[in-house]
Amino acid sequence: MINRNPQLDENGVLQHLLTTEGLPASILLNILDTAESFVGVTERDVKKIPLLRGKSIFNLFFEPSTRTRTTFEIAAKRLSADVINLNIAVSAQSKGETLLDTVNNLSAMNADMFVVRHAQSGAAHLIAKHVRSDIHVINAGDGSHAHPTQALLDMFTIRRYKQDFRKLRVAIIGDILHSRVARSQIHALTTLGVPEVRVIAPKTLLPRMVERLGVHVYHDMVKGLKDIDVLMMLRLQNERMKGANLPSAEEYFKYYGLTPEKLSLARRDAIVMHPGPMNRGVEIDSAVADGGQSVILPQVTFGIAVRMAVMSILAGA
Amino acid sequence: MKIHIKNGRLIDPKNGVDEIQDLFISKGKILSIGTAPHEFQANRVINAQSLIVCPGLVDLSVRLREPGLEYKATLESEMRAAVAGGVTSIACPPDTDPPLDEPGLVEMLKHRAKNLNQAHVYPIGALTQGLKGERLTEMAELNDAGCVVFGQPDGLLSNLRVLMQAMRYASTFGFSVWLRPQDMTLTSDGVAHDGEVATRLGLPTIPVCAETVAISNIILLMRETGVRVHLCRIASAEGLAMIRNAKQQGLPVTCDVTINHLHLSDMDIGFFDSNCHLMPPLRGSSDRDALRHGLLDGTIDAVCSDHAPVDEDAKLLPFGQSEVGATGVELLLPLTLKWGVEMRLPLAKALARITSEPAGILGIDAGHLSIGSAADICIFDSDQYWKVTPPAILSQGKNTPFMGMELPGKIKYTLVNGQIVYEH
Repeated sequence: MINRNPQLDENGVLQHLLTTEGLPASILLNILDTAESFVGVTERDVKKIPLLRGKSIFNLFFEPSTRTRTTFEIAAKRLSADVINLNIAVSAQSKGETLLDTVNNLSAMNADMFVVRHAQSGAAHLIAKHVRSDIHVINAGDGSHAHPTQALLDMFTIRRYKQDFRKLRVAIIGDILHSRVARSQIHALTTLGVPEVRVIAPKTLLPRMVERLGVHVYHDMVKGLKDIDVLMMLRLQNERMKGANLPSAEEYFKYYGLTPEKLSLARRDAIVMHPGPMNRGVEIDSAVADGGQSVILPQVTFGIAVRMAVMSILAGA
Repeated sequence: MKIHIKNGRLIDPKNGVDEIQDLFISKGKILSIGTAPHEFQANRVINAQSLIVCPGLVDLSVRLREPGLEYKATLESEMRAAVAGGVTSIACPPDTDPPLDEPGLVEMLKHRAKNLNQAHVYPIGALTQGLKGERLTEMAELNDAGCVVFGQPDGLLSNLRVLMQAMRYASTFGFSVWLRPQDMTLTSDGVAHDGEVATRLGLPTIPVCAETVAISNIILLMRETGVRVHLCRIASAEGLAMIRNAKQQGLPVTCDVTINHLHLSDMDIGFFDSNCHLMPPLRGSSDRDALRHGLLDGTIDAVCSDHAPVDEDAKLLPFGQSEVGATGVELLLPLTLKWGVEMRLPLAKALARITSEPAGILGIDAGHLSIGSAADICIFDSDQYWKVTPPAILSQGKNTPFMGMELPGKIKYTLVNGQIVYEH
């Protein structure tokens, strides 16, 4: 029995942001449009607006993270919310408290919103299902499942540089199998009308039936990069670089690392993206990462505006 | 105690009976069918008008959680649940804590079960000590203590030499070996079928070859050792095809499917429903359809509940961390009936899969209504639907993917050895 999309209330209004899958384009575009209005704020001298004054936002990170947690914190503070950071990897859970006990305790401290990162796929769904109905949950990454705010900031970046989604060819390159970013990107791109999304990876880093998500599968960068407008690189986790998935980081770089030569196979005005943190010399060459086609740093900047947009929309502000 | 079951529709698949007949019970046994014996004075008359009277059900996989795991369920609670489900004979897997690898443990379980005076309990002996796959158990001693078959319930041993020797040793005494065909190295940390759903949800996967590689190994080892094997809980179409082939070649192999795999597929995981965290995993809908047909054509011999009560907290976790299993002994009849109705089968055909067939696999004299045999009987209303709710389930485990569904088949009476152990 499949329930209604747990992110939406009965009127189709966004209650939680758990995944980009199953959200209508109108909701995604509303987030992007709202983010546009916040980009100005982040460039002002006084970078604060009072939209979430008096609201408490708990950053619940069950997995270590610096960048994502920090951008959520900055986004919340720019909206004048109170932010409480909890690094749960080293506190309650190690004392045997369950995920839901932790959440219930924090709910009792009058939280308005939880930003959750967890190593298990589905953790954010579980929390959203069990919190009080007035609390909103933002998934900041669950296992290999979803990382919707990352995908949204990627969409924001693409729209900034390429305008019309309906005319693009996009390639996602690297460890699709373990990547929550890739899954969220694929759903967002297909929802926003990108006609051709490709994934490029060796077979050991691709999930089964990935083509059912609406993507074209390539194993060869030379073929896969032809006519591409947007290259979305993925991070290769250290523990996957050698063993049963791949023989070595060197071999991976040789065949799937993005070098200036490989980049020249794509369209001349193609942009290069990466969710960070980068492994230079493994999935991407420094000459590309720091080159003229890279939009990796703007991605980080836009990430704050997009997270502000998500928080303010969820709070109904 | 003399009981007269009146006006019921008697269905006894093994003896090919399906007609309105009265049943007369005395001293725990079936005394007569049809006409009352001379001077029969019933202490109790059960009016079974418009009800089905069939052999008590035989369930090939019920975890009673004793010894050791009483926080999940107790013998009392689960035996009550069994008879409430019309189940009068149950085989319990050895994966208790400690495992059923010593005669003393088996005797204690049999003794405790016997004192409760409910369903018959048939412990499956551990094939290896501690189920560790290293050393053989004292199978002959365990048999004396009450183990009828021997098994390794949690996937295939990685040490195939030990498995081969265990199979060979079991065959010495004519014991059959029950194995769950799942290669654990291919399973790794997987929790879901390797298909579109797991790809969408980002769940670690278990490929179909975890089952087929194991079946292939087991079949080859059967040829080597000559042992009879029962394959527990088949989940894939490909695995099923291999078993069909092996049966056609005359190998002494049987297999079962769970009520869950008969009706559900990985799609039912929906948004990470941990009640669908099962082992083997729910596979694709084409696998499920193949299993439904395999049960119809007899490649699959029996349906089991794979009853595994889990305490609620252990399911309130992210899917991959949640405990495996579902409660089910009370759903064995309803879900088998549902399958039968959907496949347009005569009732007797569906009931055979939970009475005579599993009794044959277990090698026990049960699952039929013959004169002189033990009066283990299930009386139910096949047309009455009931809603699966936590209070409607007597098992201590309330975890099932079927929660909230309306299912056919309401048990009215259950008799074990001629005693009414459940009535509703």
